[in-house]
Amino acid sequence: MSFAAAVFYVLALLAVVSALGMVLNVRNTIAGAMSLVVTMIALAGIYVVLDAHLVAVLQIMVYAGAILVLFLFVVMLLNLRSDEFSPSRSRLVKLAGVALGVWALGSFLALLPGALPKVVEIPADFGSYRQVGLSLYRTYDVAFEVTSFILLAAIVGAVVLAKRRLS
Amino acid sequence: MVIPLEHVIGLSAILFAIGTIGALTRRNLVVILMSIELMLNAVNLSFVAFARAWGDTLGHVFVLMVITVAAAEVAVGLGIVISLFRNRDSVNVEDVSLLRW
Repeated sequence: MSFAAAVFYVLALLAVVSALGMVLNVRNTIAGAMSLVVTMIALAGIYVVLDAHLVAVLQIMVYAGAILVLFLFVVMLLNLRSDEFSPSRSRLVKLAGVALGVWALGSFLALLPGALPKVVEIPADFGSYRQVGLSLYRTYDVAFEVTSFILLAAIVGAVVLAKRRLS
Repeated sequence: MVIPLEHVIGLSAILFAIGTIGALTRRNLVVILMSIELMLNAVNLSFVAFARAWGDTLGHVFVLMVITVAAAEVAVGLGIVISLFRNRDSVNVEDVSLLRW
């Protein structure tokens, strides 16, 4: 097994274990958020193995940096340190959730063999800042501009929602 | 590509299923939002894997769009959570049945 493959399998195991730690941890919300950080960082490492260098950097900066800090802020702001209503919803809903997840995963994995494309050879600079940047600003520049409107709307919406008191 | 594409897509499916289970079984709104983030990350992983398999950077561009939408979703979602907590003193989804019929 090559070095890259070994890195992938270790990081994949880490991602799955920490994701399970986030979902199954019913006592401590902060520990759950920290588990999610580990998942995000493991995924960033997997992106590097898959030659997506720009995406890996953005994964660390935006997810592990910004989004998870936002989650931790809210958890600490609302003092949700312990998750007292954790023993989850009615047993029926719980069973239905687990059954749906397992069924979706099983049917997906059953369909998987033979359904995937052949892997092609890629140029040496695949996934570099230059290549993704050229693609982003030349071919998909309109979509890129539209994302700025999404972010503007989200900023305004978040401020309005967090400041207003419902009657 | 040294790693079989099936394994990457399989990892993506496993993470998505974990996220689904979390979003459906937990009652804490913040944890539900985190589970949705996990599902979005699983989708990003399959985008990156297919971009690598086809040698096309469109997958990477789309991942940037998904990250943007995820950031917007978290900002608005946590705004709603804070607003709810102020008005109801709870982040339990079962205390928020305003739109339920």
